[in-house]
Amino acid sequence: MLTRLFKPLFDLKAPFRSGVLWLIWGWLILLVLLPNLLVIGVSFLERDPQDFIRFSVTLDNYRRLFDPLYLGVFLRSLHMAVLATVLCLLIGYPFAWGVSRVTPRWRPLLMFLLIVPFWTNSLVRTYAIKVLLAGNGLINSFLIDVGLISQPVQLLYTEGAVIIGLIYVLLPFMILPLYSVFEQLREDLLAASADLGASRWRTFRHVVIPMTMPGVIAGCLLVLLPAMGMFYIADVLGGSRVLLVGNVIKSQFLDARDWPFGAAASVLLTVAMALLLLAYWQSVRRVRQQVAL
Amino acid sequence: MSRWLLRGYLALVYLLLYLPILVLVVFAFNDNRSAYSWGGFSWRWFEALFNNRSLMDAALNSLLLAASTATLTMIIGTLTAVALQRYRFRGKAALQGMLFVVMMSPEIVMAISLLALFILLGMQLGFVSLLLAHITFCLPFVVITVYAQLSGFDNRLMEAARDLGASEWQTLRTVLLPMIWPALLAGWLLGFTLSLDDVVVSTFMTGPGFDVLPLRIYSMVRIGLSPEVNALGALLLLLSLISLMLSHLILTRKRS
Repeated sequence: MLTRLFKPLFDLKAPFRSGVLWLIWGWLILLVLLPNLLVIGVSFLERDPQDFIRFSVTLDNYRRLFDPLYLGVFLRSLHMAVLATVLCLLIGYPFAWGVSRVTPRWRPLLMFLLIVPFWTNSLVRTYAIKVLLAGNGLINSFLIDVGLISQPVQLLYTEGAVIIGLIYVLLPFMILPLYSVFEQLREDLLAASADLGASRWRTFRHVVIPMTMPGVIAGCLLVLLPAMGMFYIADVLGGSRVLLVGNVIKSQFLDARDWPFGAAASVLLTVAMALLLLAYWQSVRRVRQQVAL
Repeated sequence: MSRWLLRGYLALVYLLLYLPILVLVVFAFNDNRSAYSWGGFSWRWFEALFNNRSLMDAALNSLLLAASTATLTMIIGTLTAVALQRYRFRGKAALQGMLFVVMMSPEIVMAISLLALFILLGMQLGFVSLLLAHITFCLPFVVITVYAQLSGFDNRLMEAARDLGASEWQTLRTVLLPMIWPALLAGWLLGFTLSLDDVVVSTFMTGPGFDVLPLRIYSMVRIGLSPEVNALGALLLLLSLISLMLSHLILTRKRS
């Protein structure tokens, strides 16, 4: 009896297997599940100047998120992240299609060149953008030398600079999933569409777009979510003038010490992520059904 | 015509991706302070870097942290990948789902949740908190790398070993490990790189007395432009390029 109760927890006949499962579950529960539940819990508590939190339940933190002051920050941050995502998509979609049309011999090299930025320090790459945009940087000095402008133009510490930085750092994350759907795009379906008399535009609109949708959504997720959180890009390229959601969360936790409010903002970000993931899974399912037909 | 247009477009995007990095590296060797005019070739910024004691301490801390993270993540990640591929157990889908969520969730969300946990437990922030956090966010990437290699693996080889009386651990060590070590090494390199590059999680997990390189760079980069940062950036780029090349060579050599 006792052994039967005990077996699901630790099977002595297979100690290695049980040990491995314990390790993984233990790790994920202790360092992923528990901390996230903690944050959700904290977001419903009141702030305390000494002990970070006071144990009385309130919805005030969520109400404050919709206070015009913070709502403005969130909407502007969301606006920038969405703009960066859309621009990444516009640049990345034809690019990924182009790479998938190149002769197979060259494709691995081209993909390798895209993975390099993924492996290199994003802070260093953000700094590289700063070097170009600075008042005495390459772009301004070049424009003055050519005679197009006489005074340096303010490029750095603007919203535009932050958006450029986000695009530069995150573009590969958009292209990689797009490339993988374009590579699997079935030529026979495109040919069938053309044979049935569809114009190139109609084929694109009704065959290519729906079939590459999972890649589009995956790419948008991989750009949009980090774009809201990467506070160091806003810090380095936007100065203190441009804020992302990440900057707000960071300052609430590290400077203002208002944990409940920071936690509420983080929960909001997580909920947004969950909704986007749901949209992704639905689109994958829909495409599978259509191809199966 | 449209083919050349397409190629031109590809070339343009690659140029825009690599131009800033190239400029950064070139001006790391510039003899004067300017980020525009060329004053001749010089190693002086690299020398200044290596003479900066506190920066070198932070760099050593980071290398130690990255190597520890990579090693532990490689072990835990490989065991996880093996469990996912070989074992049938309750809650497998939940486990996969959780790893997926870890990979997708914004780093800042993970960072504050771990900060809340460690403060609640009364833990001193520093090496240990950084290590635990770095392993957690590297884990899904290593699991994927190893799992991809395992999925092409013939399970009958391991069953044969078990039938011949080998224990599970012996089977993994003598049958599986010799065949999948390239994925393990690639996972190690990836974990090392991710840990060395991380800013967001480290910002929250660091404590007094344990300074790490990315945060030092962060504070240098915020202040303004300095050729020293160019030199440091060039070194880091070189390091990640080497580890990417190694990982690429290891993984493709095995396959062909």
